[in-house]
Amino acid sequence: MWTTTNQNKEQLSILHDRDVIICRNRIKEVAVKIGMGIVNQTKLITAVSELARNMLIYAGGGNVIVEVVARGREQGVKIVFEDKGPGIQDIAKAMQDGFTTGKSMGMGLPGAKRLVSEFNIESTVGKGTTIKIVKWKNG
Amino acid sequence: MTRNIVTALQENQDRILDQWVNQRELSEDFGGNFNSFDDLKAQSSELLTAVLENMTAENITDLYASDLEPLIEYVSGLTLSRAKQGFSPRETATYIFSLKDALLKVLGELITEDPKELYRSTLEISKFIDNIGIVSFETFIRGREEVILGQADEMAELSTPVIKVWEGIIAMPIIGTLDSARTQVVMENLLQGIVETESSIAILDISGVPAVDSLVAQHLIKTVNAIRLLGADCVISGIRPEIAQTVVHLGIDLSKMVTKATLASALRYAYGILQLEVRKAGKEKSNL
Amino acid sequence: MERIPILKMGKFLLVTIQVDLYDRLALTLEEDLIQMVHKTGARGVLIDISALSIVDSFMGKIIGNIAAMSSILDAETVVVGMQPAVAITLIELGLPLSGVHTALNVERGMALLAARMPEETDSEDVDDD
Ligand SMILES: Nc1ncnc2c1ncn2[C@@H]1O[C@H](COP(=O)(O)OP(=O)(O)OP(=O)(O)O)[C@@H](O)[C@H]1O
Ligand SMILES: [Mg+2]
Repeated sequence: MWTTTNQNKEQLSILHDRDVIICRNRIKEVAVKIGMGIVNQTKLITAVSELARNMLIYAGGGNVIVEVVARGREQGVKIVFEDKGPGIQDIAKAMQDGFTTGKSMGMGLPGAKRLVSEFNIESTVGKGTTIKIVKWKNG
Repeated sequence: MTRNIVTALQENQDRILDQWVNQRELSEDFGGNFNSFDDLKAQSSELLTAVLENMTAENITDLYASDLEPLIEYVSGLTLSRAKQGFSPRETATYIFSLKDALLKVLGELITEDPKELYRSTLEISKFIDNIGIVSFETFIRGREEVILGQADEMAELSTPVIKVWEGIIAMPIIGTLDSARTQVVMENLLQGIVETESSIAILDISGVPAVDSLVAQHLIKTVNAIRLLGADCVISGIRPEIAQTVVHLGIDLSKMVTKATLASALRYAYGILQLEVRKAGKEKSNL
Repeated sequence: MERIPILKMGKFLLVTIQVDLYDRLALTLEEDLIQMVHKTGARGVLIDISALSIVDSFMGKIIGNIAAMSSILDAETVVVGMQPAVAITLIELGLPLSGVHTALNVERGMALLAARMPEETDSEDVDDD
C-alpha cells in the first residue's frame, strides 16, 4: 500500500478506517528511525490520526505523503495530508476548540496543531484541503 | 603536484620524520607535552604515515575527496585523544602545522631543477596541511558541542529528580523556572515515576520556582491533569506567600488543584489519603 | 466480524484492549459493552488500555460515551493503565476525559469501584438486623 515516490518520500491513500491505523504505524516507524522520543512520537501519531480521520469523514478520503526532513542537525518528520473534498469554509472557525460540523467534539484540528511543531492549512471550497505538518525530533 | 613528487615524498618518509621531530620549535614547544622524545616520534610517525599514505596528486587539492576519509578520521581521532589529555586546540593545530616546514624542506631538496613546479607544489602542500589543521579545529569544536549538549540533557534530568518518599508517594522538587521545555521533562519524569513505583500520590514542590505566571500555572494544571489520567493524584506544595498573591492578582484559577504551603503539609495530606497515621512511638508505649 | 472480548468479574465488567482499534471496531465495542452492562446489571466497567499506544479524539469520545451510557444504567467506568506518553498527549490534545475515573492498574481499578459502592454489601447486613 505504501509507494515510494522518490527515495525519501512515501505515499499512502486513506480510503478506509483501517488505513488510518496503517498510516499511524508507518509514521511511527519513521519517527523511531530518526530517534524521536516516545512522547513526541505519541503526539505525532495522534495528530496524524486526527488529520487522516478528518479526510476520511469530511472528504471521503485522501492522500498522505511522508518524508524525513532536516533543519541543521535536527531531523524531523514532515507529513502532507491532501484531499479533494468539499474544503473548509471558515478555517479560523474550524481551528477553534469545540467547533464541529460533524456532531463531534471539534478537537481534532486545534488539538493536532498543538501536538506538532509546524502546522499549515490551506483549503478551497469545492476543491479540497491540504494540511502540512512537521514534528521535529526534539520538538 | 605530479605523481612523481608524491611518490618521492613517500619514499623519503624517514627523512621528513627526522626533519620534523628534530625541529627546534617542536621539541621546545611540545617536548613537555609528550612523555618522551620516543613518544613524540611515534605519534608523529603515525600522523605522517596517514598523510603520505592517503595524499594523492588528485586529492591534494580536494579535501572532500572520499579517499581522504581515512586521513580525516585519523586526524579527528588524534585531536579528540589529545583534547582528552589536556592539549588546547591551538597546541594540536600548531603541532600539525609544524609538519608543513619539514615537508617543504624535503620538497625543496627533491625539486631542484624546476622552480615553477617547486612553487606550485609548495602552495598545494601548504593548503593541504592548513586544511588538516582546520579539520582538527572543527573536530575539537564538535567535541565541545557534544559535551555541552550532553550536560544540558544531564542538567534537565538532574534538576527534576523523582524521590520516593513513602510506599505510594513520590515527590519532585522543582528548582528554577518552569518553561515549556522544562514542563515536558517534569511531566515525563513524574509520570514515569508514578508508573514505575505504582504510586498513587505525586507531590510537586515548587518552592524553588521563582515566579508563577499564567503560563507556569497552565503548565502546572496540565501536569496535574495528566497525572489524573494515569489514576494518581497530584499535590502542589511549596506555595510561597508571594506566589499566592500573584496567582490571585493575575486571576489564575488554581482551585481545581490541591495546593499546600509546605512539603510537610502535602505529606500529611498524602498520608491522610492513604489512611496512614504518623505518631510518636513513645506515646503508644505509655498507653499500654 | 472481529470483536473485543468482555469479561465478567463479579459485579464488574473488564475489557482489555490489546490492539489499536480502528473506528468501526471501537463503535462495536461501545455497543457490546452497553448491551452487557444492561444484561448483567454490572455496577462497574473497567477498560484496560495499557496496551494502547495512542488515544485520539475518536477513542476519547468512545470512552466518554461508554462512561456516560453506563452511568445512566447505574454503572461507573474506570480507565486503567494509561501510558504516560498517552496521558501527556491527551492533555495537549485537549481531552482530559473528565467524566471517567482512572486507576494505575486493573487491581487498583477494582478496589476503586468496590470502595465507591459499599452500600451494596452493607445493605445485606442492614437487612439482617
Ligand atoms: N479535510 C477536511 N475537509 C473538509 N472539512 C474538514 C476537514 N477537516 C476538518 N473539517 C471541518 O472542520 C471541522 C473541525 O474539525 P475537527 O477535527 O477539529 O473537529 P471534528 O472532526 O468535528 O471533531 P473531532 O475531531 O473532535 O472528533 C469539522 O467538523 C469539519 O467541518
Ligand atoms: Mg476531527
